[in-house]
Amino acid sequence: MAVYTPHTQDEILQMLNAIGVNSVEDLFADIPSTLRPKSFDLPPGVTEHEASAYFNALSRRNATGYVSFLGGGYYDHFIPAAVDAIASRSEFVTAYTPYQPEASQGTLRAIFEYQSMIAALTGLDFANASLYDGGTALYEAIAMAVRSNGRRRVIVDAGVNPLFRRIVATYAVNIDVEIIESDLKDIATDQKRIESFFDEAVSAVVVQDPNFFGSVDDYESLFARAREKDIVGIHVFYPLSLGVLKTPGEMKADIAVGEGQSLGMPLSFGGPYLGLMAVDRKYVRKMPGRIVGETADRNGMKAYVLTLQAREQHIRREKASSNICSNQALCALRAVVYLSLLGKEGFRKAAIISMERAEYLRHSMKKIRGVEVLKGRTFNEFTVALPGPAIDFARAMLAEGFAAGVPASLFYPDRPDQLVVAATEKISIDDIDRYTSAAKKVLS
Amino acid sequence: MKLIFEKSVPGRTGVSMGAADESVLKSIGDRYLRATDSGLPEVSELDVVRHYLRLSQLNFSVDTHFYPLGSCTMKYNPKVNEAVSSLPGFAGLHPYLAYIDEGSVQGSLELIHTLSSFLAEITGMAGVTTQPYAGAHGELAGILLMAAYHRSRGNKKRVVIVPDEAHGTNPASAAMGGYDVVSIPVNSGGGMDLERFREAMNDEVAGVMLTLPNTLGMFHPEIREIVEMARKHDALLYNDGANLNAILGKARPGDIGFDIVHMNLHKTFSTPHGGGGPGAGVVAVSEKLVDFLPTPVVARADDGKFYLDFSLKNSIGSLASFFGNFAVLVRAAVYIMMLGREGLIDVSEKAVLNANYIRVKLAPYYDLPYNRTCMHECVFSARRQVRKSGVHAIDIAKALIERGFHPPTIYFPLVVDEALMIEPTETESKETIDAFIDAMIDIANLADTDPGRLKNAPNNTPVSRPDETRAARELKLTWNP
Repeated sequence: MAVYTPHTQDEILQMLNAIGVNSVEDLFADIPSTLRPKSFDLPPGVTEHEASAYFNALSRRNATGYVSFLGGGYYDHFIPAAVDAIASRSEFVTAYTPYQPEASQGTLRAIFEYQSMIAALTGLDFANASLYDGGTALYEAIAMAVRSNGRRRVIVDAGVNPLFRRIVATYAVNIDVEIIESDLKDIATDQKRIESFFDEAVSAVVVQDPNFFGSVDDYESLFARAREKDIVGIHVFYPLSLGVLKTPGEMKADIAVGEGQSLGMPLSFGGPYLGLMAVDRKYVRKMPGRIVGETADRNGMKAYVLTLQAREQHIRREKASSNICSNQALCALRAVVYLSLLGKEGFRKAAIISMERAEYLRHSMKKIRGVEVLKGRTFNEFTVALPGPAIDFARAMLAEGFAAGVPASLFYPDRPDQLVVAATEKISIDDIDRYTSAAKKVLS
Repeated sequence: MKLIFEKSVPGRTGVSMGAADESVLKSIGDRYLRATDSGLPEVSELDVVRHYLRLSQLNFSVDTHFYPLGSCTMKYNPKVNEAVSSLPGFAGLHPYLAYIDEGSVQGSLELIHTLSSFLAEITGMAGVTTQPYAGAHGELAGILLMAAYHRSRGNKKRVVIVPDEAHGTNPASAAMGGYDVVSIPVNSGGGMDLERFREAMNDEVAGVMLTLPNTLGMFHPEIREIVEMARKHDALLYNDGANLNAILGKARPGDIGFDIVHMNLHKTFSTPHGGGGPGAGVVAVSEKLVDFLPTPVVARADDGKFYLDFSLKNSIGSLASFFGNFAVLVRAAVYIMMLGREGLIDVSEKAVLNANYIRVKLAPYYDLPYNRTCMHECVFSARRQVRKSGVHAIDIAKALIERGFHPPTIYFPLVVDEALMIEPTETESKETIDAFIDAMIDIANLADTDPGRLKNAPNNTPVSRPDETRAARELKLTWNP
């Protein structure tokens, strides 16, 4: 078996001697015999190479060879090799939360740059150092709204990622917050309908752009109406789309949250991902999570520290703005390296090329008999109506080598025939031509 | 040192993306497009690599420094864990595939299932959820499970009891779950004040959150009485498993009578801390809470196939988009499989041996408010140094940094004045620990002879004693051109 304890027999004896006990077991004398384990039935250890072989074989029991058109909030974008090279540096990987600034300037500066980039991308004033994922970030945003205006009702558009909405519903059950879901109009947000819910009891409104079905919208006037009634405007964003789309800041959202997976995180079967949060200036002291600030040290040198810690659990305990302690720091590092590498030009291009591929696919699918491409403004993801159940189509396409899209029925049972299809810059024109040929075959 | 933005040169880029046709944006329309640019820097790949590599060198880390940060279990993270977690079969797998075709994701489902059964056995529990992303997230999961349990029994309860030595996340999680928090002080032995506990215990109490061993490094001597009293009032027992590294194979929360335990895989099971995350806060529960676990549950059918089970009718819902921080789960599974039964027991034995060795060696130099055998960590106080020469825990921490050691956790637990909480972990050798002890003794001596030197430390780091008050007052949180 693999061993990571370096003690020799001789050293163990010297240490026991120094402590003044006869055996290591003596050190566990505080645990009464009646509380000792009833069983501890684990397999014997194995060597590193045995473990490697076992997990290698296990990983091959997953099918990763599909050409993937899956999106639904989680996208297979290109990740430059330099992201892995930097994010695997031990000095970043094996450090703890940067409580001691003298021993953590690397992590602290990287987070400061990350906060700056997320603020710039979203067009809002401030960002925190990361939350767990998009769904938990949305809950935290709602909790901030409830704390700031004291109201207990939240209007959430049905186009907001259903996985996020499920997390919000789970969290909200004990704290007396009522979630009202506003139905879509086809695949687009029904802004008039949302506004019809606005009154003095509403704490916040949550909309997503592009929404789960890919529909692109502008919520500037919706947020303005909300502001008139002191309702907090929460915007859920897809970070890569901000290479081209109108920003939450430009729409004058109060809080923006998003799933940061597309900023250099591998799909990794659901995590680790990255919860993004940016806020208007007036909410900064209510924001959950770590925040890094710039200051000077005793010699006047520029220095970075964790700041506004008086909001946090280790100081405020039950009165803290959130219970969050560990966040997704290494994922935030991946994001800042990714964003630096792509830079102003590359980031915009990644967005445009993803959209070009989606547009090409959209036009190709229009030509397939029985397939209806649902109308609306879209970015790199759109929705089609198929002649039969989308789940059957998706399964049949796997046999052809394609992960064809996300069947809406997984989350919207009243939409059995709709498939949400996404493209990224990694998809080639040839991939799309083969996809449409396979789709024709499957549907014929 | 410049920020990446200050290295930007217009027209430069780190990645070639190929040609992009701007005209495609016409189908969206200007009203829906951003009017400003993204504000990202324009730098080459080499600029980026040098910049962040240099930043990495400004950090202390387990791989470069001894890091005895109490409560954080900064043990060595085996490199094979990293290699396995980035295998294409794991790293490249889209989570929605699990919803479309379970046959395509059998490897990952089996891994989650196997890890869950290991963790159930290690804790003596009946069911497991891997969804929580971190320890505090696991605590919230536990609180939501507690609330669902009481709701199902028609119990009207509003209070969670937390000892005052507990991690701040415990009361914060209880409050986030809608409960009032009642705090119980520690007694002179480092355990819980049973008299005060008895007074606070009534039918309004939904649960009791205990860290085991507690944050003073003690195995609660009163644990059996606490369990018994909680049971009488149908209050659930929650174990903050942050300190599980002390008791692997020595005691199991389930056998002791706990109903819920969260584990920090990034502590006990050697997944790296990443400068603050990602972690994984897997939660295990006793039989009576299994029906309330988050869904989907990864289950095994009679034919050996793994599938997603959404059928738990009392499920609290879901806490994560998918299955938690999967790549972190992979690392922990590799670690547990490599160490096996004997290896895990060895972990706790060596962790406790190292901590007690430090306790005994430093006891002549620093006050030990609770001076008895400890588990995996020991908590000193700098109050002697404060009294004699005005040297505080923070000065000792900064002097350690100057000597190339990451400091212990300071000023926590809150119940110890000027606390220095030292957790060496099992992976450190006697030489490393001896060198740390020597540094601590040197610092104790300097506190007597030349306290000014400690007050001015550190002198060899990129920055020294940043002004934290100014950071909070001026609030410069972003770079601005």
